[in-house]
Amino acid sequence: MRAPGSNAGVAAGDVLLAVENVSLRFGGVKAITDVSFDIRKGEIRAIIGPNGAGKTSMLNVINGFYHPQEGRITFKGRTRSRMRPYVAASQGIARTFQNVALFKGMTTLDNIMAGRTLKMKRGFFWQMLRHGPALAEEIEHRRQVEEIIDFLEIEHIRKVPVGRLPYGLQKRVELGRALAMEPELLLLDEPMAGMNLEEKEDMCRFILDVNNQFGTTIALIEHDMGVVMDLSDRVVVLEYGRKIADGVPDEVKRDQKVIDAYLGVAH
Amino acid sequence: MTTADDARADTFAKLLARNAAVRGDRPAFRHKDLGIWQTWTWAEVYNIVRALALGLSRLGLKRGDTIAIVGANRPKLYWSVMAAQALGAVPVPVYADAVADELAYVLAHAEVRFAAVQDQEQVDKILSVSEALPHLEQIAYDEPRGLREYDHTRLHPLDEVIADGRAALAQDPGLDAWLDREIAAGRGTDSSIMLYTSGTTGRSKGVLLSAGRSIQAASDTVAFDRLTDRDEVLAYLPLAWVGDHYLNYAQGLVAGFCTACPESTETAMQDLKEIGPTFYFAPPRVFEAMLTRVMIRMEDAGALKRKMFHYFIDVAKRYGEKILNGEPVPLGGRLLYGLGELLVYGPLKNVLGFSRVRTAYTAGEAIGPELFSFYRSLGLNLKQLYGQTEAFLYVTAQPDGQIRPDTVGPAMTNVAIRIAEDGEVQFKSPGMFVGYFKDPEKTAEALTEDGFVKTGDAGFFDADGHLKIIDRAKDVGRLADGSLFPPKYIENKLKFFPNIKEAVAFGDGRDCVTCFVNIDLTAVGNWAERNNVSYASYQELAGHPLVYDMIEKHVDAVNRSLAREPQMAGAQIKRFLILHKELDADDGELTRTQKVRRRFIAERYAPLIDAFYTGATEADISTEVTFEDGRKGVISARVKIRDMNTYPAEREEKAA
Repeated sequence: MRAPGSNAGVAAGDVLLAVENVSLRFGGVKAITDVSFDIRKGEIRAIIGPNGAGKTSMLNVINGFYHPQEGRITFKGRTRSRMRPYVAASQGIARTFQNVALFKGMTTLDNIMAGRTLKMKRGFFWQMLRHGPALAEEIEHRRQVEEIIDFLEIEHIRKVPVGRLPYGLQKRVELGRALAMEPELLLLDEPMAGMNLEEKEDMCRFILDVNNQFGTTIALIEHDMGVVMDLSDRVVVLEYGRKIADGVPDEVKRDQKVIDAYLGVAH
Repeated sequence: MTTADDARADTFAKLLARNAAVRGDRPAFRHKDLGIWQTWTWAEVYNIVRALALGLSRLGLKRGDTIAIVGANRPKLYWSVMAAQALGAVPVPVYADAVADELAYVLAHAEVRFAAVQDQEQVDKILSVSEALPHLEQIAYDEPRGLREYDHTRLHPLDEVIADGRAALAQDPGLDAWLDREIAAGRGTDSSIMLYTSGTTGRSKGVLLSAGRSIQAASDTVAFDRLTDRDEVLAYLPLAWVGDHYLNYAQGLVAGFCTACPESTETAMQDLKEIGPTFYFAPPRVFEAMLTRVMIRMEDAGALKRKMFHYFIDVAKRYGEKILNGEPVPLGGRLLYGLGELLVYGPLKNVLGFSRVRTAYTAGEAIGPELFSFYRSLGLNLKQLYGQTEAFLYVTAQPDGQIRPDTVGPAMTNVAIRIAEDGEVQFKSPGMFVGYFKDPEKTAEALTEDGFVKTGDAGFFDADGHLKIIDRAKDVGRLADGSLFPPKYIENKLKFFPNIKEAVAFGDGRDCVTCFVNIDLTAVGNWAERNNVSYASYQELAGHPLVYDMIEKHVDAVNRSLAREPQMAGAQIKRFLILHKELDADDGELTRTQKVRRRFIAERYAPLIDAFYTGATEADISTEVTFEDGRKGVISARVKIRDMNTYPAEREEKAA
């Protein structure tokens, strides 16, 4: 599906995000225990593991929604201890959610436009007047949003309230909103859950195209093994909040611990 | 170019030059891009096409070459057609949804050295079959997305080809003159395009059309429908289909009107509304789908709106067509219709994108009379035409004011039509094809000795000189007593009833016509609900005596209507039955395009057909069916057969 090692050259040694010895507890429940891995610039990184392995918690830690009790997270060379999601967002981390989280009553266009909120410079007053610099700014943002609509091939639903759209398309709109932030790191939480084969193939193509065309680094959680092995450059495997493997898909596939824990014991 | 050259513009490239000179600042193309309609004038298009032609020639395209055009309706693909024609090369448009094998066949058969395609999807398809295409040298593409990492030795973005041509023109002024000479060197006898037939019967054939003939034909129809450079069309039909190339491309260049390209295939309906074309074509099923959508939406509307809608649709039924045909209508009717236009028809036409349509055509299959009348009664000037790729579309068309739902009109200007002894329609037309590419045998087969084209369709002229197409000539049979038996003609009459989904008529070589009927589950189910008829399955509903009564009425109506047509009176239906299962493509009973496979059905349901002709009143049948998940099962049923009355042929032909 992609030229082998197309990103490896650029990304070699260039770590975009590093997770070091992170542990996360909710009261007595250990969600993540002493996990370390890194995401290199330009790669597609998959996080896999059985249900309850701590995958979504990991994404929530990365984008600042949860604050780990131990460990360090370094993004673009800056280590942070506590961070709010909006700070993560303004630093260039965007995400989509396992259960689609869109504004159901708003159109596709408005939803994606909402993704550009952080990029808007004019204040409330100007926006309200919708004149002069605010108008010029809106036109520019609209152009960017239209590029995304074109990219994701959702022209036909531009003005449809997203609540009326089928699930597969809602997921695409959500991806669009994340892209509207022009993120450096895009976190996708099960982008293909609940999709049929054709929708999955489309989504795969979009993810590869995003990575290829915009050079966006992508971390994704996914259950469909075929998809994960095809898409990703490197895979990290979690089980019960611990990391049990980390490497290129072929290595991970052969790792006995992974086979036992996740893919089922092979004979 | 001077106006003196005008009359002699015998190639499309010369027409383009003329349009650039005569109406340079009129819009020629529109395309919705990034949510905004972009417009190019004729002068701009001419400029781009010249640059593109030069760019392509620098890649090696030359006179006599063939170049494949694969993709949706994009301005750059139309311009590629123009640029190729300017150089004297022959464009070969291919259906964008053709699978790789079909594509490979056409590209190999046409010996294309070049391909201009829309996007990555088409590039991938071509690359996947590149071993089968030894002639193919260069591919140019419109949409760069996803193609960045591809090997670009044989792959070029169309934008770069244009830029390259432009740069070369700027550097060497001699090239301008060279291009002018190339364009001037084109002759009306040159092949201007090759269109592949759909290939429902065997391998598809490359129909070669010449520039001069194409332009002559397009000039006739442009005059016929009074098209001018103020007109506008939405190009949403497949590029490779003769309809698009004729209605939009050829007529567009001849009349100088504007061709708008939709943003994407899915947005065509929305784009139609935004553009508001003045000339429109759609096959009957599109009109049918539109009507269904309107009706469904009206069901969801508020009570007041619904009442108003139905009231005024009734008014339109009474007066609409008469007003459109210029027949006398009482003043009250006119006023009421005017009010309806204000409240219902106007807004409805606006939603459908028909507000500005002056002329609309439908063709391809028979259109239901009710459906046809519905649109006409709204004030849409919907007409029918009959045509073929071999004719470069038009053979007949209905002139304004002479519209009937069941004929396709008299011969188009300069077209000669005759009916052969076996009932086959044959024609000679200004736009008729030059021949099939690399297939003189098939060409000879398609032509009569005196140069008429055999259509393969059976038909006859009615009393007013309107052509009526009844069926494919090879499907038309004879009953034992010698009377004509056109199965599809009878089946279509039945299928115009919403309760009947499919019908299969038998009778060739037999002594009477018999018929299988498939009920439409949605329509009949709805009827059952309203009439308190309870049923548990399709089979039970299909066998219900009340359903039989209802269908009997429909068959009776068909018999009456057949009796009114002298040629058809012998083909009235004597016996019919309602099939216990729906005919299905998964069971091989229909083709994937939902056409009945007559012979297969006759074999599969042989016991039922035997029962028809032995006079039995019911028969047992069991058939294997394939379920949607691929499992197979057997359905058995006892099917009842009903006898019908037939009517004597009416002899009240018009004294014409």
